[in-house]
Amino acid sequence: MKNMTKTGWITLLGMAALAVLPPYFLLNGHAFYMDLATRLVILGIAAVSLNLLLGYGGLISFGHAAFIGLGAYAVGIPSYHATWGGFDLIASYNGMLHLVLAIGVSALFALITGAISLRTKGVYFLMITMAFGQMAFFLFQALDVYNGDDGLTIDVRSELPFVNLDSPMQLYGLSYVSLAVAMLLVKTIVNSRFGMVLQGAKDNNERMVTLGYNTYFYRLTAYVISGMMCGYAGFLLGNFTTFISPDMMHWTRSGELMFMVILGGSSTALGPILGSSVFILLEEVLSSFTIFWHLPFGLMLIGLVLFVRGGLMRLFKGRGE
Amino acid sequence: MDYTLLFVQMLNGLQLGLLLFLVASGLTLVFGILDFVNLAHGSIYMLGAFICASLTFVLGNFLWAVLVALPLTGLVGYAVELLMARRLYDKDHLDHVLGTYGLVLVLDTLAHIIWGPAGITVPLPAWLDGQVELFEGAVIPVFRLLIIATGLAVAGGLFWLVNYTRLGMLIRAGASNRTMVSALGINIQTLFALVFALGAMLAGLAGMLISPITGASIGMGGQIIITAFVVIIIGGIGSMKGAFIAAVIIGLIDTLGRSFLDKLFMLFMNENAAETAAPAVSAMMIYILMAIILAVKPQGLFPPKVR
Repeated sequence: MKNMTKTGWITLLGMAALAVLPPYFLLNGHAFYMDLATRLVILGIAAVSLNLLLGYGGLISFGHAAFIGLGAYAVGIPSYHATWGGFDLIASYNGMLHLVLAIGVSALFALITGAISLRTKGVYFLMITMAFGQMAFFLFQALDVYNGDDGLTIDVRSELPFVNLDSPMQLYGLSYVSLAVAMLLVKTIVNSRFGMVLQGAKDNNERMVTLGYNTYFYRLTAYVISGMMCGYAGFLLGNFTTFISPDMMHWTRSGELMFMVILGGSSTALGPILGSSVFILLEEVLSSFTIFWHLPFGLMLIGLVLFVRGGLMRLFKGRGE
Repeated sequence: MDYTLLFVQMLNGLQLGLLLFLVASGLTLVFGILDFVNLAHGSIYMLGAFICASLTFVLGNFLWAVLVALPLTGLVGYAVELLMARRLYDKDHLDHVLGTYGLVLVLDTLAHIIWGPAGITVPLPAWLDGQVELFEGAVIPVFRLLIIATGLAVAGGLFWLVNYTRLGMLIRAGASNRTMVSALGINIQTLFALVFALGAMLAGLAGMLISPITGASIGMGGQIIITAFVVIIIGGIGSMKGAFIAAVIIGLIDTLGRSFLDKLFMLFMNENAAETAAPAVSAMMIYILMAIILAVKPQGLFPPKVR
């Protein structure tokens, strides 16, 4: 503990607040704040997963919302068939099956699209991930079986051992622990030899290649890991909202995720959580004033890009960090 | 095989491709010379449609509306360059994307406030509203032919502009070496603003041309921008020729896929499965094409020589 940096302490403090405050609000009859916090924590997981690519890998993925959607449909589709029949292979309320599907399908999607996207770099990578994300959006829009554009209501949540997802408190608990695990996982990855190569390739890819590292392989692995984490966040989000639609995968959703990471400060541990907190609060506060809340939000985004460098976490950084 | 239907659908595909080219050409021009990623390009396409729709009601004639709306969208592009894009050229692509994403939200919401959530349908003058029979059974709306003719004319004009004029020479020079061009005494700021305004006018024109068919609506910009990205990725970012060829290919494949894929699938599947699979696959087809082309040529069909 002696070596904790200032940002380290703030991260710990932020996570402690997230552990205590929302349950406190719920027990005092403010279920609304609990809802807000649950959404925040789940989007936080997605933002943390994106940060692994964007912050540490320097890979600007603009299609991450697709993984959230895939994870959510991995809950919705089996649950739908368990209720209405058909597709016996996956028709089930079993949460473990949903989880395996969410992570497995995300991994597969990440592997295929990543293998192609990572052959390119820079703007190409950005646009291609965006296009693949939009491909997932159009695919689910075209699937009339699952109501296409109108979306799917999840009647029965995933049934997991030990945890009852119908209880807001337990759903929040699971999401919170997942977020903590996701953050630790990313921290471990970043500090490992693997993470060092990933960050080295961000700074100077040629150098890493010359040193004998197959950076393509490292990046693809990071892309798949990030996609799986994001798919898991989708699994939680589907169980939280109990309504899923292709709109979750739209490229503007990916833009919001990117906004969270950049606003909070990429390549920091707490940055994505800070960013998603600010995003959710902004969305709540602004949309309570006006239905046109995207206008001030967009203006803030432009202001952020033009005038603020390094995200909010920079404000907290101690000297020499 | 119904060849008349195939011919009509190919014309429809060509029309979609040319509209895509109008949007993609501005995007690829701005990227090629300014190295600037503009997500808000689709919103300018949308503004073109809305401005033209309003002017059609004010002026009472669609063609007059287009003539007035064109310089207006150019002006919007100029304003965007002056107020925002200019400050972002030196920053990295991530900042471009975030900033222009903010601009998308601003412009879309402004359109929502000004024109309402429902969108507007645009009436055509009577002589454009009819249909012609090109040959036995092939009936085509006159307006679609006009779109094709306009698209081809603009493509030709752009080709002439880029390859045979002084401005085009500067654009090509700026794309290969910006510093050198400004060192030779060219006012690069003005050139950049001109290119940006030109790109906006092209996107706006596409929006105006489509508005009598689909109407002007809020979501239209966000939809076309992704397809335009796919076009310039396939064509090679920065390449005008690549954008044209890729746009026509995408237009044809998308249109033909949507109309004939179910019949193709029925050759080896039962009818039920084909009717479920065909819309899903045709929705993904242009992305699959993009994936295949990138797997072979990661820089697109016509990669820019410099950079």
